[in-house]
Amino acid sequence: MSKSNAVHKHNQSFLALIKERFNAYLLNHAHGLFSSLGRLTRTPFTSAMTILVLAIAIALAGGFYNMVANIQQLTGNLEASNQMSLFLKDNISEAMGQKLADQLRQHPSSETVRYISKKQAMDEFKLNSGFGDALSALETNPLPSVILVQPKNALETDEDMQRLMREFKQLPQVDFVQVDMKWVERMQTIMSIAKRAVFLVSILLGLAVTFITGNTIRLELYDRRHEVYISKLVGATNGFIQRPFLYSGFWLGFISGFLAWLIISGMFLLIESPVEELSILYNGSFQLRYLGFFEFLILMLSTSGLAVIGSLGVLHYQLRHLKPQ
Amino acid sequence: MLRFEHVSKRYPDTGEVLTEINFDLAKGEMAFLTGRSGAGKSTLLKLIAMMEQCNRGTIMLDGQNVSRVSEHKIPYLRRNLGLIFQDYKLLNDRTVFDNVALPLIVSGVNHQEISRRVRASLDKVGLLGKEKKYPVALSGGEQQRVGIARAIVSKPKLILADEPTGNLDPDLSNEIMLMFEEFKHAGTSLLIATHDIELVHRFAYRVLSLDKGHLIEA
Repeated sequence: MSKSNAVHKHNQSFLALIKERFNAYLLNHAHGLFSSLGRLTRTPFTSAMTILVLAIAIALAGGFYNMVANIQQLTGNLEASNQMSLFLKDNISEAMGQKLADQLRQHPSSETVRYISKKQAMDEFKLNSGFGDALSALETNPLPSVILVQPKNALETDEDMQRLMREFKQLPQVDFVQVDMKWVERMQTIMSIAKRAVFLVSILLGLAVTFITGNTIRLELYDRRHEVYISKLVGATNGFIQRPFLYSGFWLGFISGFLAWLIISGMFLLIESPVEELSILYNGSFQLRYLGFFEFLILMLSTSGLAVIGSLGVLHYQLRHLKPQ
Repeated sequence: MLRFEHVSKRYPDTGEVLTEINFDLAKGEMAFLTGRSGAGKSTLLKLIAMMEQCNRGTIMLDGQNVSRVSEHKIPYLRRNLGLIFQDYKLLNDRTVFDNVALPLIVSGVNHQEISRRVRASLDKVGLLGKEKKYPVALSGGEQQRVGIARAIVSKPKLILADEPTGNLDPDLSNEIMLMFEEFKHAGTSLLIATHDIELVHRFAYRVLSLDKGHLIEA
């Protein structure tokens, strides 16, 4: 046999050995993944308790998040309406109102302008408020006529809005001007506080998931210390020993993440019909939102990930201190 | 194969347990390690198995200094050792097959190879056909033979046995010793700690005797 042939053959057998080791390694992982799941079912009560505690913690954070996301959805619709309502004086006739509206349409800062006469306002109010019959009993129409001005998008700063508002206020036909923006702003501030609260609560409950899983794994390690000692004595590395425990941690996070998703979905399913009724009462068409696919994915990834991190921390520390006697 | 040079071991609370231990164990050599309880037999074995570190001296195992070894190398060096215990140290929730396979699984041997070698090991200790049994279903002698099968499955160069016959009657002890002789003939070194004087006399091998931490060779 030539030299190059021998080298080639040597390389081949070396590759075969690597492949063989790699296959054994994969098999090991697969075994760890499923045997750890099997072990969870061997102590059903303990596992169920841990998973339930984890799931409730996760559902609290996730539910709070989805609630804020729902309210955000409401205020999101309002965001577009930085429109101004110009309430006209009582003595302004419909023709004069129309004329003013035409003038305002020429205004460089206005995007759209809509005139609502006293009668139109009344009709709309009758239709939407549910006070139809009671309103018919009124002798005079108490509602003012209104011109709705939607400013151009360029007017984004507060200062510009203020200037425009002052300008409209000085028009002789106008009684007073109201900007919807003000309370949208307030709402948005409240929302940003709520979002930050969601963030903080998620961090706290995420830490809880990490520590609860870590502690559960510590107890499991203690239960199986005999096996750990023996494995160490026959030459197992810490990496090998910790693998099934890491998988246990992963399953705890994964299953409780999924359970949390079910809890969150269940909670929102329960409040869906009352919310719908409320929405109808306000003439809205509010659709309750659930966690989307990506949010579900993030939920599963983060709970599984946090559980693995918690387990890894505990194992790293404990395995160095568990020495065979 | 194994060499102790000026080895001493001291525990903070009990003082010096081993003092100036020197000896050599050749390849394929079998020796008894005797002494009263507390004479330091277990400590000596623990030093070889890297479960403890000595305070002074050097321990060479197959050319490797195991008295000064970093934590992450220990698992790999332990794979050269076969350990046998008085209380067998079997995993009771695993079958005989899985118990014997453990040293091969931890070192990443492939499936077919594991199956082949576990069977060969069980054949050597006369337990072929009991792979699927659990340790609790076996007698004491059989359990010890599972322990021995586990110790030899990775073809170690040195077998350390700590009171391997401590829980067995004389007939079974004899059987175990005959097995050890076979391993010796196959080129494995063995160090057997025991306080069974009768057994030591019956099998005339080298005797390393410990007395209050000092080694006396008979």
